[in-house]
Amino acid sequence: MVLIQVFLVFAIIAALVAVEAPSALSSIISLGAVGFGLSVAFLWLGAPDIAITQVVVEIVTLVILIRATIARGVTEIRGNESKTLLIGSLILFGLGSAFFANYLSDFPEFGKSAMETFSNPASQFYLKFGLDKAGGPNIVNDILLDFRAFDTLGEATVLFAAILGAITLLNRKVFIGNGEEKE
Amino acid sequence: MLTYLLAFILFAVGLYSVINKRNLIKIIMGVIIMEHAVNAFLILIGYRMSGEAPIVEEGVSISEFLSTAVDPLPQALVITSIVISLGVVALMVGLAIRIYQHYGTFDITEIRKLRG
Repeated sequence: MVLIQVFLVFAIIAALVAVEAPSALSSIISLGAVGFGLSVAFLWLGAPDIAITQVVVEIVTLVILIRATIARGVTEIRGNESKTLLIGSLILFGLGSAFFANYLSDFPEFGKSAMETFSNPASQFYLKFGLDKAGGPNIVNDILLDFRAFDTLGEATVLFAAILGAITLLNRKVFIGNGEEKE
Repeated sequence: MLTYLLAFILFAVGLYSVINKRNLIKIIMGVIIMEHAVNAFLILIGYRMSGEAPIVEEGVSISEFLSTAVDPLPQALVITSIVISLGVVALMVGLAIRIYQHYGTFDITEIRKLRG
């Protein structure tokens, strides 16, 4: 449990560096450190599938971000912020903390999962009958590909739409017609 | 409770970046950090003390498995969320690259001035 907290603190420090560093490369690499730190935390939390997915997604995200900045000659990303926005964000942070403190007592205590605190949860059903009904020893994959397969289909649809949008945006021929292309 | 608080602080760092920074890349980074924080929070809710991964091993009886495995449902949904966040980040970066080509800057206040 202490290990998990150590990795979460590591992620928070890396996130602060990523937000405040002026150099583009160090900022993006610190963002990668957030993802990888959380990935190790997921391993300790008993979620190896998520750790693997997180590593793959993190690498692809870093490649995309470096493609957007450093490959275009942008090596400094300074975020000169204004004072009014700082006050606004402090107010928002206070409001968020108030909400968090208000609902803190409703959370299940850490180390006591949600499926133990609520009566008749779906997770117990999946754990009990996953091997027999879906035929896979990994219950997470049973849920993804058998019990909630339509959910995965929807995920694939959303992913397809988002990637299609990105490809359309980055396609050079689309913008040449308007005479706006500078590259 | 302290562990939940750490996830909340990570979310607050991302929110600070989104609200307070003027650089588009920093804003995208803030969104990514917030996504990470929410994913970590959901996994933390499903954790059980000294729990093991929800994978049935040979020779383990079902009652023993039920008493040690962590909650598999948040994990399945968080995997979906992670993959979708990758697509969303790709879309946001595509928009940012187009804006940079059009205006020559990532600063959102400059973009507003140059318009029209």
